[in-house]
Amino acid sequence: MPAGPIKAKYVEKEHAVVDGVDISGHWNRMFEQRVITEYTPELIEKIASFPGAESFADCYQCAKCVPVCPVDVVGNYGPRKLYRYAQTGIDLTESPELWLCTTCANCLRVCPKEVNMVKIMPAARENAILEGKFVPAELQQAFENTAKTGNPLGQPQRKRDAWIQNAGVPIPIIKDLGRPVDILWYVGSYPSYHPRGVDAASAAARIFTALGIDFAILGKEEKDDADSQRLAGEKGLFEMMTEYNIETFNKYAWKELVVTGPHELNAFKNVYPQYGFNRPVFHYTTFLARYLDQLKPLLKHEVNVKVTYHDPCYLGRHNGEYEAPRKLLEAIPGVELVEMARNRENGYCCGGGGGGMWMDSFTQKHTKMRLSEKRAMEAASTGANVLAVACPFEVSRFEDAVKSTGNEHVSVNDILELLDRSMRGE
Amino acid sequence: MNIVVAIKHIPSIADDLPIKDNNVDFDSVDFVLNEFDEQSIEQAVLVKEAVGGTVTVIGVDLIGELDGVLHLALAKGADKAVKITGDDPAADSHVQAKWLAEAIKGMSADIIFAGVQASNDLDGQIGPMIAAYLDMPYIGGVSAVEVSGDTATVNKEFAGGFGAKYAVTLPMVVGVQAASKPPRYAPISKVRQVAQTVKIEKVAPSGEASAGLSFKKMAPPAVTGHAEMIGGSSKEVAAKIVELLKNKGLA
Repeated sequence: MPAGPIKAKYVEKEHAVVDGVDISGHWNRMFEQRVITEYTPELIEKIASFPGAESFADCYQCAKCVPVCPVDVVGNYGPRKLYRYAQTGIDLTESPELWLCTTCANCLRVCPKEVNMVKIMPAARENAILEGKFVPAELQQAFENTAKTGNPLGQPQRKRDAWIQNAGVPIPIIKDLGRPVDILWYVGSYPSYHPRGVDAASAAARIFTALGIDFAILGKEEKDDADSQRLAGEKGLFEMMTEYNIETFNKYAWKELVVTGPHELNAFKNVYPQYGFNRPVFHYTTFLARYLDQLKPLLKHEVNVKVTYHDPCYLGRHNGEYEAPRKLLEAIPGVELVEMARNRENGYCCGGGGGGMWMDSFTQKHTKMRLSEKRAMEAASTGANVLAVACPFEVSRFEDAVKSTGNEHVSVNDILELLDRSMRGE
Repeated sequence: MNIVVAIKHIPSIADDLPIKDNNVDFDSVDFVLNEFDEQSIEQAVLVKEAVGGTVTVIGVDLIGELDGVLHLALAKGADKAVKITGDDPAADSHVQAKWLAEAIKGMSADIIFAGVQASNDLDGQIGPMIAAYLDMPYIGGVSAVEVSGDTATVNKEFAGGFGAKYAVTLPMVVGVQAASKPPRYAPISKVRQVAQTVKIEKVAPSGEASAGLSFKKMAPPAVTGHAEMIGGSSKEVAAKIVELLKNKGLA
């Protein structure tokens, strides 16, 4: 754990005169100035001066954010505490707390003052990065990989569509197709390269094909959305990727953009408009829920499992989609859906957002357990034997977490994999 | 202090290495900065930060894509970038060393850094040859450099965990194994700002040299042997491993 805030000394005077009244006595310390005023507001003003981080100064220490903060659940953190640390002389841009926030936005949901950590953290991190301050080495590696190879995993760009060979259905590349399509499917980095992500991507391809959807992918022209890198403070990298992606998207004729990941949804739907891209973008759960009537007859095989669903922060809280994933799960014959105590708006973060995906070793030094481990334990406590997810970061995170917490009987599956299993009976 | 860093652009091995006409198929590979040169740039910037001066980064532009690497070096703290317009992806390290030495000659360098070797040829000759051409001392396998006045103190690594400290009168050439600190991160916004504002100096290649070697054959490694995956519980796996070791006379 990091060194905590400096403890304030209280002051007790033998003689105290307040407004001309002598109130000397041992009890007078309650009339002394609060220790808070012994500190300068400089560090609070410093953070609030970063573009986007203005609301940092609005905190009035009500602490509603602390119990809903997923990091505080496994450590000693919470947005309110950051403000307090600043009062006691700790510079956020130089402290480990700078890197713990996953931008899950649960604090913002309850904050009466709308102190927005989703904007404050990236701004403070960007300042730290530009000033050459400490950046966790593993995060730095993910940045470098993204800049060099177009994906945080450091895999070669030419292999981006290598996965389609084993998907079992032909997957058209929009460049080769040479005609407009209804759906441009942005696969994403983890579904393209990570072995378990590829499972979800292949399942999606089979489902789209079975539904007769006219889709194509970008193939080797697809590059990372870099939204999590932006939230981790690398705005320049995000802008570089954004310029490339928007140019690539606009090269082709398509009606709707469907994404596998909630982080990509957030980038393309909520951030790209600032860069001139205003086109319809949907997460695959929202998109497939539209096809429920056609999908149901295809789900021929029973999948007899008890499923609990983990709401990804960037699908739920950030983009308001809670029901489509549940509708899809409930459409699968044999699936019994149970809820974890923290669900929907109060869903617990997996720890992967805001760059957390690439800071597990660092975060582990400052928390009692990983957020993904806490969540895996919650999932297991429901009695479910499947933890269903809808974000490509989560399969690998939770598969590690069920193992490290002794809950290997819980299997972790993307909703796409479960739909595909019911469709194919495998 | 005039600090010069000689860098090398090499084919990336992140992907399969395609082969064509007994050499790497240069048209179908990405080029990256040699990883020892990343260390060498960092060490140069650390020396500059400690004693002042300017860092000039110079490399042979083999495929017309060196600018990105030079911008990155500038964003990390180099002051000047020079590219030698080689335009020959097959230029070996002897040719590159000659071109680099000719270009560095007029820079009145006090200390020249080069990565100790590069992963494409494992030749390790760029540093020593620049030193020979410029008549300077060379020390390779270096993991830290400190400069004081006209003397550099360098830590050199030897096999078996041994190390030695040398005091060398400048000018000299240093073959960097590792910088004394991990290479710093250059934010992309800084790299992009550099790319828009800094001009890279172009120099025509001058001089001739050759390793005197020609490729007879280049081929991917032949696949031999096989790996056996042992399944089962940890007890079963352990028993099978013990049995295998016994059968092979190793236990």
